Amino acid sequence: MRNIGKSYKEVIALNDISFDVADGELFGLIGPDGAGKTTLFRILCTLIVPDQGEARVRGLDVVEDFRSIRKSIGYMPGRFSLYQDLTVQENLEFFATIFGTTIEQNYHLVRDIYTQLEPFKQRLAGDLSGGMKQKLALCCALIHKPEVLFLDEPTTGVDAVSRKEFWQMLKRLKKDGLAILVSTPYMDEAALCDRIALMQNGRILDINTPQKISEEFVGVLYAVKSSRVYDLLIALRAHPLVLSCYAFGEYLHVTLAKSEDSKELESHLQNQGFSDLKIHLVTPGIENVFMQLLQQTDEK
Amino acid sequence: MRQFLAFVKKEFRHIFRDRRTLLILFGMPVAQVMIFGFALNNEVENAGVAIFDMSMDYESTLLINHIDVSSYFFVDRTCRNIECIEDAFRTNTARLGIVIPADFGSKLWRGENPAIKIIGDASDPNQAQVLTTYAKAIIQSHLAERASVTIELPILRSTSRMVFNPELKAVYMFVPGIMGFILLLVSAMMTSLTIAREKELGTMELLLVSPLRSAHIIFGKVAPYWLLSFVNAIIIVLLGIVVFDTPMNGSVVLLTMSCLLFSLTALALGIFISARSSSQMTAMLISMMGLLLPTILLSGFIFPIENMPVVLQVVSNVIPAKWFIILIKGLMIKGSGINMLWKPFAILLFITVLLSIAAIRNVKPRLES
Repeated sequence: MRNIGKSYKEVIALNDISFDVADGELFGLIGPDGAGKTTLFRILCTLIVPDQGEARVRGLDVVEDFRSIRKSIGYMPGRFSLYQDLTVQENLEFFATIFGTTIEQNYHLVRDIYTQLEPFKQRLAGDLSGGMKQKLALCCALIHKPEVLFLDEPTTGVDAVSRKEFWQMLKRLKKDGLAILVSTPYMDEAALCDRIALMQNGRILDINTPQKISEEFVGVLYAVKSSRVYDLLIALRAHPLVLSCYAFGEYLHVTLAKSEDSKELESHLQNQGFSDLKIHLVTPGIENVFMQLLQQTDEK
Repeated sequence: MRQFLAFVKKEFRHIFRDRRTLLILFGMPVAQVMIFGFALNNEVENAGVAIFDMSMDYESTLLINHIDVSSYFFVDRTCRNIECIEDAFRTNTARLGIVIPADFGSKLWRGENPAIKIIGDASDPNQAQVLTTYAKAIIQSHLAERASVTIELPILRSTSRMVFNPELKAVYMFVPGIMGFILLLVSAMMTSLTIAREKELGTMELLLVSPLRSAHIIFGKVAPYWLLSFVNAIIIVLLGIVVFDTPMNGSVVLLTMSCLLFSLTALALGIFISARSSSQMTAMLISMMGLLLPTILLSGFIFPIENMPVVLQVVSNVIPAKWFIILIKGLMIKGSGINMLWKPFAILLFITVLLSIAAIRNVKPRLES
């Protein structure tokens, strides 16, 4: 069992971050833009040097042994970073060659993905659709048979169907024993990872399985809806029983300490003149936990 | 090696798929040679002359004929007064005035030196200077010729001969200059742009994360441009020889070596620039301001270094193009060999080695954070 352990600190962009990822694990870094996800990826991919702490990829130090690490990792940067003026096939060929391999040799690794690209293989990469570009980028990151895969926001700017397909591919790759680190700003994708780290302002707020993280929610969550959304928000935030309240789609998500409080809240709101009120209990998701964690750190 | 070749192949694909790059690479040199060769031209050709002939004798007629048949001048008008010459200047039909005194013929026959007045139109001072010099030369040779016929006196004659470029053709000067300029443009600017483009598009990140070494990346970038700039040098030399009759007196081997060396200098400069700039825009500006301008102004391409203030003369020594132009001029026009040219060659080599070291040191195997 080869363990990949990383722990290091960095002053501003990343602050005292530590975690481990095992082989065959799909590890998600969840956080908004500017949380430090890309910086973290670049350190792990040996592109930048951390100011503090140390990080190891497959037991190799990212500063000392960066050359050996580079042979065994696949990296897909956040921005589409292939040669737009080369065709699909030329891109894949180029990346295979610079890693000292050929498409034929490792075709089995990318077969599932590449078959979808095959009809367009003579097309310039710049002319592909967003989802196709990401598939090609994934192929290029996989073609040299890496043991660790780093995917920095692979699904940002990609349509819902392609996103779904993309995550199915990651699931399949994981079965081959690859350790996969993926970052995403989308909370719904977090649930698809084995374990996730919630990140904000260069700090990790929490690391656990998506299931466990959802269970960490403190209090009970209600969804409230009325036609006068803004007035409702003000009224809810003013109420002493409401721990937090924020907009979530067309509903307002309200956190209460216990479920008995909801009856009292409802009557209070009806007295305030909210006639078309709808209130129901919801199961908290990762996003709700994330918001709660954010609120806690803000209060600190 | 296979990785390196794949990289070079990719680089060629970039070049040949981008029309803009191709245009700069191959359209530019041809356009530059044509523009500099045809437009920047100090030569005198068929300039109009207004002549006020006060003597109207046999000798003055001979002189006027001599001027008229020369390829440099034609007699625009013969005047009866001095105002007529000024008129000719104002209407721009003549650019030079010549006044022949009344005693021209008789003085000549007596063996005296007749005084001839040459009037230049100094609204364009450079041209006026050139025209009067040409006119003086023609008149002097004519007088000497006539004097030997009219009186049998030993005359002390002084003649000057312009060697290597007897017709004072400006284009001889421009071909080496343009070669330096184009090689610098193609090699330095284009390489700095392609490296900056990889950074801008984020592909540099992928290249760095691969097992490719910095040396692979640098030489992979440099090799195609080295080849192309050499092709360019050949195009320019051929254009110079075929279109402008530039002589090629020196050794072709030495010329080739000089071109290859200078392209290398420029490539090192390009890598140095790109290592220090993160976007194509910056790379472009630095190469424009930091390389092309000094090269045009200080290399002796357009302005003679000898006429510069001492400070600038000293500065010009670090401009690689200066040494390259000295080399090429020596080779093509004077036909000098390595025994005469080893010094500029050695200096250029020294600058190149220095720049290459600086360039390679500045390329890091990581992103700059």
